[in-house]
Amino acid sequence: MKVTDACTGCGVCVDACPFGAIDMVNDKAVINEACRACGQCVDACPVGAIVMSEAEAVDLSDYRGVMIYAEQRGGRVHPVSYELLGKAQELAAQLSEPVYVVIVGSGVGAGAEELVRRGADKVFLYDDPALADFRDDPYTDLLARCCKEEKPSIFLIGATSLGRSLGPRVSAKLQTGLTADCTYLDIDPETRLLRQTRPAYGGNIMATIVTPNSRPQMATVRYKMFPEAVKVDHPKGSVVEKTVDVSKVRDRVKVLGFEEAKEQVSISEADLIVSGGLGMGDPKGFELIGELAETLGAAVGASRPTVDEGWIDYRHQVGLSGRTVRPQVYMACGISGAVQHQAGMKTSDVIIAVNKDPEAPIFKISSLGVVGDLYEVIPRLIEKIKEHSGRA
Amino acid sequence: MSEGLNIVVPIKQVPETTEVQFDEETGRLIREGVAAIINPFDEYAIEEALRIKEKHGGVVKVITMGPPWAADALRDAISMGADEGWLATDRAFAGADTWATSLTLARCIERMGGYDLVICGLKTTDGDTGQTGPEMAEHMDIPHVCYVSEITEIGDGRVVLKRNMDEGVETLEAPLPLLITVGKDINQPRLATLRGRLKAKKAEIKEITNNDLKMDPNEIGLEGSFTRVVKLFEPEVPEAGEVVEGTPDELAEAILAKLQECKVI
Repeated sequence: MKVTDACTGCGVCVDACPFGAIDMVNDKAVINEACRACGQCVDACPVGAIVMSEAEAVDLSDYRGVMIYAEQRGGRVHPVSYELLGKAQELAAQLSEPVYVVIVGSGVGAGAEELVRRGADKVFLYDDPALADFRDDPYTDLLARCCKEEKPSIFLIGATSLGRSLGPRVSAKLQTGLTADCTYLDIDPETRLLRQTRPAYGGNIMATIVTPNSRPQMATVRYKMFPEAVKVDHPKGSVVEKTVDVSKVRDRVKVLGFEEAKEQVSISEADLIVSGGLGMGDPKGFELIGELAETLGAAVGASRPTVDEGWIDYRHQVGLSGRTVRPQVYMACGISGAVQHQAGMKTSDVIIAVNKDPEAPIFKISSLGVVGDLYEVIPRLIEKIKEHSGRA
Repeated sequence: MSEGLNIVVPIKQVPETTEVQFDEETGRLIREGVAAIINPFDEYAIEEALRIKEKHGGVVKVITMGPPWAADALRDAISMGADEGWLATDRAFAGADTWATSLTLARCIERMGGYDLVICGLKTTDGDTGQTGPEMAEHMDIPHVCYVSEITEIGDGRVVLKRNMDEGVETLEAPLPLLITVGKDINQPRLATLRGRLKAKKAEIKEITNNDLKMDPNEIGLEGSFTRVVKLFEPEVPEAGEVVEGTPDELAEAILAKLQECKVI
């Protein structure tokens, strides 16, 4: 950002700056180090006195297509990949560009075919027995190579534990920007840039971020935010097998073993979730929550303080520092509803909250708020559900 | 490993609360008057570094990039037991996104007298990206392992460790030098002792500026950043429905009706 001599000192830019990055010094605008080069002052200046410094020349027109990374474990494609594919189709339609998928693994051809059936134009397949287990090193090298060869303008990765380890490594290697954990994506109709929106500061603020001068524009995207791509009537895409010489890629970390998590219902996948919070007053509260969950066939969730207190395992934690969930029904019992918890569950179709405190913030986002003692209400609810299913 | 391990812990100073104030009229963040602390996740990284040093010998160096007052975070780490504090500070580093930050930190660490293990907190509570660690590893061309929950073995230039993935726990073997990120399931960070605080007060903080690094201005700070924040706004809140009170039986009945309406029972 530069301020030219045309500056009249009117101060319009000071108000326009979202970052408090412009000071008035001797009746001239001076840009300080808080500047994020967002360009709002350029638009706001009535005399055109603020200019954005010219970015380095990268031929952006070489890059076309919206690519997604299809995550898989043991040949099973992770559902977040279908969500990314659906979003990619929407973005690609706006840009009139193709939809690409890249998948890496061993024996993942069937998964690649499924992605074609769900509407991918091209699925780039790196298939080799040596790629069976995910390792950051070889997967990074292959994704980076695929991006260099195919030159997509956008590259999306699921913000799973795997994606949030792999994505940064790929972006560093490709020398391009990466936005973490996006919850909303769209295309700016004027600039054709991908607008990447994500929560920051513990979910208190949403930030929209762009990657103007490097390609691909990379983002990791939160699971359970977008609907899955469904099978299309006449799939026109194809699987493109990429030759891979695994001895030529980096591979420094060895997988010695894997122990699958024990719980029957994973909260990320569940259609029904019953969660407990500190308002239960006692770790034993989870026994009652568990009983209700079992009656309903639901998964058990938990707020962060209960996990911090050691009442329940971290895998059950819903919220910004836990899992994001989007069930049909989310039932919050004894959860006050801190903004960090809300960030992980507020897109649920229906939220039912039980809390003694009528002022609990959770009631502000609940479809049904129940002011009462969960130890009195839930046992009766379990009876009623059992009666109801007995009748049905 | 007779001389022990060179352990580097990159840390960040963050606002004490994530409940940032937002001026609705100007759309600006209000940053004044918010106390700064060590990013809570970084305390697990410091603790793990100290435990490794206690067991295997070596030295623990903490580094942060920020304004001069970020040295406070380094002193806090020293009061926990870290040996050296390094501060990367230069106006030219300001405004960096994770790409430019990780590159600058990588170049700093390479000048700090060798490294076997770099331990990062898995993310910061303000930026909340978790990207700087893995990006740094790529810039240094060393392997990385995220979400480490336990280090089971260190020796002969290799580490055996466990990492928490969404689907379960992996056991991995990695060579040194290595970068790992850790969260709250790995340990319980210690509190600073009075002696530690006294030591920290007197400790010399070593500064690194771009005069030392001589990095291209296009690689650092805002200029070196590929991403741009174009808008900040408050999140939407779903609309509240009805709030009911009554006897436990009436309340249970209300929930049952809602569950039936949703066709889940």
